[in-house]
Amino acid sequence: MSLMQEMNERALELGVPLGVHLDVTYRCNERCVHCYLDHDDHGEMTTGEIKDILQQLAEAGTFFLTLSGGEVLMRRDFFEILEYARRLAFNVRIKTNGVMIRKSEARRMRDLGVEQVQVSVYSRRPEIHDAITKLPGSLKRSIEAIRLLKSQGLKVAIANVLMTVNMGEHAGVQALAKELGVTYTLDPTITPKIDGDTSILNLRIPGSELKAVFHNKDLVGNVEEFCAPPPRPGEDVMEGYPCSAGHTAAYITPYGDVFPCVQFPLPSGNVRRQKFIDIWRNSPELNEVRSIRAKDLPVCSTCSHVGTCTRCPGLAYMEGSMRGPSTADCEKSFQRTGILSANMLRQAHAHTHGPLIQIQPLAV
Amino acid sequence: MSEKYIGRSSQIAARVLGGEMMVMSSVDSTFFTLNEVATAIWQAADGRTPLTEIVVRNVCDEFEVDLETARRDAEQFVSELSHHGILLVSDHPFDMSAGPVEAA
Ligand code: SF4
Ligand code: SF4
Repeated sequence: MSLMQEMNERALELGVPLGVHLDVTYRCNERCVHCYLDHDDHGEMTTGEIKDILQQLAEAGTFFLTLSGGEVLMRRDFFEILEYARRLAFNVRIKTNGVMIRKSEARRMRDLGVEQVQVSVYSRRPEIHDAITKLPGSLKRSIEAIRLLKSQGLKVAIANVLMTVNMGEHAGVQALAKELGVTYTLDPTITPKIDGDTSILNLRIPGSELKAVFHNKDLVGNVEEFCAPPPRPGEDVMEGYPCSAGHTAAYITPYGDVFPCVQFPLPSGNVRRQKFIDIWRNSPELNEVRSIRAKDLPVCSTCSHVGTCTRCPGLAYMEGSMRGPSTADCEKSFQRTGILSANMLRQAHAHTHGPLIQIQPLAV
Repeated sequence: MSEKYIGRSSQIAARVLGGEMMVMSSVDSTFFTLNEVATAIWQAADGRTPLTEIVVRNVCDEFEVDLETARRDAEQFVSELSHHGILLVSDHPFDMSAGPVEAA
């Protein structure tokens, strides 16, 4: 076990929120077609409130801090927040579209000892990237930002969300990352909007494309290993918990709401009304999340994929139940291995075993 | 032997977890955990206090270790951390105000 894994295990035992994702604003200068946020400002936390939260998080033992948004640089006080966070010795990662990063911002981030800056790129062709962000010239500026950050010696990662509108573009973005000397990550996850609107889900790539991604050695490395049928789940799997959300990780919105994870919008408290540590320790919602083991999942516990599935309890929650399957992950497990999920089998069963005759009352 | 002065780099992240200090360098992402003694030295590394004084005051007195052993261990620890850019070492006292990081 690596030292880092050991620390994670210890944080889990001690109930420490080792990693926190804080969105400092939902405002943004881009209008990405797949974005799940409402970009109006509904009363963001002030500089003072955010500093207070950071102090509380340091006291609670948080080590990894992700600062994201919206676009973080839409806040004029962003560097004040960042400086404060670094003074409190957090390991800080920043997620940004890079459009507002010039040399002085890049230098400042380096001087402040930021661990990594992640920049979103959707295509290396401006006509596709800019059509997604709806900001003309955005690709050029994002790439310029990556160069500036890199030239300061910062670690940079390109995050490439894959959807119907940029499906054939990932090889180009991956090559761009290589040319720029930065890390590349591909993510085919599209989440419903924060208000529950699911219309953007039609941007999810079709199964055939997902299958091609999972069987592409340039993206997954060893395809045989990555796409291997799942091994029989042992007892340790059934006693295991789904992910770090609520166990060693938490998410805080610009309005102070606390969720188990950025992709798990279960309202668990608000730091404007309560101390973070009280929410973390005593919120019934977080305690419920923490109580769930794989064996408690009615459908997934019967699924052959349960030990290897990327099942996101947050996506499952948005589909109706945090104990339920997440259909996006069912699709991933299926396209990866060719083996149907328990949820797929259940639905096929329901369709073939419907009532033989449907009697409808006569319209009068 | 000339006196050494040590200071915490501004490029590190640090937090105490279950009594141990985790330290990570943003330069090369090396990750360390420090035991109690190393943590005490780390926290006292203000760029102004001579290393010998830190060893006497924060290690020998606190942990009841003899000076020779404590000094040898501290030298080794300082050399390892400075190698990764986590501790800054100088023959003269220096100002850490440019570095943002508190002792965590
Ligand atoms: S699986 Fe979902 S809820 Fe869990 S950490 Fe990942 S995104 Fe968050
Ligand atoms: S494939 Fe679907 S049913 Fe199976 S464990 Fe994953 S989310 Fe649950």
